[in-house]
Amino acid sequence: MSQPVSFLSRAERLIGTPEAAAIDRGIRHMAGLRDLAMTEYAISDEVRDRARAIRLHALSHLDRLLAHFTERVTELGGQVHFAADATEANEIVAGILQRSGSRLVAKSKSMVSEELEMNRYLESQGIEVVETDLGEYIAQLAGDTPSHIIAPVLHMTRHDVGKLFADELGVDYTDDPIRLNMVARVELRRVFLEADAGISGVNMAVAESGSLVLVTNEGNGRLVTTAPRLHIALMGMERIVPRWEDAAVILEVLARSATGQRLSVYTNVITGPRRPDDPDGPEELHVVVVDNGRSKILGGPTAEILACIRCGACLNVCPVFRTVGGHAYGTVYSGPVGSIVTPGLHGMDPWWDLPYASTLCGACEEVCPVGIRIPSMLLNLREIAAAEDRLPGWLNRGMKAYTAAATDPLRWARLKRLARVLTAPFSARGWIRRIPGPARGWTNHRDLPRPPKESFNDWWRENRGP
Amino acid sequence: MEGPRVQLVVTCLVDAMAPRVGRAAVTVLERAGCRVEFPEGQTCCGQPALNTGHTDQAREMATHTLEVLDASEGPIVIPSGSCTEMMVHHYPRLFAGTDREEQANRVVARVRELTQFLADDLDTHIRATAGDRTLAFQYCCHGLRGLGLDGPADHLLYGVDRAEFDGDRECCGFGGLFSIEMPAVSGAIMDAKLDRLESSGAEVLSGGDISCLLHLEGGLRRRGSEIEVKHIAELLSGEVLS
Repeated sequence: MSQPVSFLSRAERLIGTPEAAAIDRGIRHMAGLRDLAMTEYAISDEVRDRARAIRLHALSHLDRLLAHFTERVTELGGQVHFAADATEANEIVAGILQRSGSRLVAKSKSMVSEELEMNRYLESQGIEVVETDLGEYIAQLAGDTPSHIIAPVLHMTRHDVGKLFADELGVDYTDDPIRLNMVARVELRRVFLEADAGISGVNMAVAESGSLVLVTNEGNGRLVTTAPRLHIALMGMERIVPRWEDAAVILEVLARSATGQRLSVYTNVITGPRRPDDPDGPEELHVVVVDNGRSKILGGPTAEILACIRCGACLNVCPVFRTVGGHAYGTVYSGPVGSIVTPGLHGMDPWWDLPYASTLCGACEEVCPVGIRIPSMLLNLREIAAAEDRLPGWLNRGMKAYTAAATDPLRWARLKRLARVLTAPFSARGWIRRIPGPARGWTNHRDLPRPPKESFNDWWRENRGP
Repeated sequence: MEGPRVQLVVTCLVDAMAPRVGRAAVTVLERAGCRVEFPEGQTCCGQPALNTGHTDQAREMATHTLEVLDASEGPIVIPSGSCTEMMVHHYPRLFAGTDREEQANRVVARVRELTQFLADDLDTHIRATAGDRTLAFQYCCHGLRGLGLDGPADHLLYGVDRAEFDGDRECCGFGGLFSIEMPAVSGAIMDAKLDRLESSGAEVLSGGDISCLLHLEGGLRRRGSEIEVKHIAELLSGEVLS
């Protein structure tokens, strides 16, 4: 986990950098893809409500669904492991790998593994892990963390990648995306063929058949889960639906919201390990179901955030995310959804300020394919932060004084006069360029109007009063 | 023709910082045939406290507002999408299960945003004017997403020369106290918006919330821009722009 500095200071370091510019360009492209898909075939309110109902139903029946899922996977010859926290999850995975003598692991994209910092742990156990999602591969080579939940290197340009490949892989510099893809393809092909084990994430588990659904656009997920003799799938404990007809609804909204596709290029369904008559597939299948704070969220005011299907649409439309990118959030889950998930998983300390990293514009809720009420949960968390006395003193004192004034018309009139008097020394022709105190943040970026002499109340009394 | 009697709520910011918007609202409502009354003692709806997490204080301010407004009759009209949205969507939640629940629902049922009231309820013939100038209109977030105010605004702006303002449905970065708590982020969002505003060729910027508009106007002034900022009530009041 990153250092306990504030969102604001991380954001300030990013604003105006080439990274922020790359994010802005990339994000508008992604949001544009979704908009275009919506003009072709919008997610109707009915479909969104249905998707939402499916996810909320799953959350309120998690215990039964997971039990049923476990039963099915076991019948199919797979194994299900439950991990209470990151340490347990990492130890379970390392244990499976060590028992099977695995030295090289091919990994497809998994946000849960990022959350668990699994790569670092496995490497410390002498296991080599290679990310095979192109974006994750680039991030791993660069020693960087993902800046977007579905587009990990949104913050990098093709020039950055060209330079990275030249430096790290010893190839000639090119910024041609197709040639860069070919470089990665050659490198990764070797990994797919030589890997002892594959680790993948899970987009969705289907309880009735014990299946894992994995969506990718690069096909690496299919190779990771079929070529090596061992497959370990990591899933957050909430990532389950009861039936295939539910899964179909979620798939219908997922790709459309994420990338504007009707369906991802690859939709893999993995039901158990290799059967005797299967031409390929892993001999062993392990599913690691990770809690790591999720039950805590489930019992609190932000339980609904577990309905998230990780499409990333809320990131793409968030004015704050667009401006600073995922790294400002200091952890793997960024943007509006991350601002709710992170304090839930890892506690309000030091993450209490993430819920404040929002203008509450509501664009996130508008695009959410499962209708998660993100702004109202941000307010829930802000209420908790305020109650835990985490806000700066000036804000608490200011709000107390403001409330006292706003509940008493005489004090309200006095407050307006006071504001006018206090701003006098800083004003010129009705505007203020610099002001000390808490409002200085405002005047760092914009002029502040001085309260006029005559308030509306004054005007009304003067002109319309009895 | 005798129009309805309406209760004008001007919001804290209009009262203290931009009374011209309140005067314009009075003018346009009277032009539309309304008898405008101004409930005495109104202050702030409580949204600033709700948004910082000071929910109890928000409830205190909301209680005061309910008391002031419950003593009046007829539609309550507010020249702000954001404050209207606060009352319409958050008051019922703030008072659910309390002894003020009924009062809150009774008052909230009367609350209408100005353009919504003019276009949807009164079906007024009045249209906004920006003189012969090109207008950029910012659809402020709470009114847009919470109340669907784009329809009423476009209706009332019919005939006005509109600039193509890219991103006019995206947040301006104000966000209430966000603008002071996270000034650098707020400022960067605003700057991107102002870049697009300036390249739109607009001569006037308007919107339905003075909060967002003061933030943008402050930014324009800091840049030395000539673009003028007017609340939609001012464009509707028949004020001719020089």
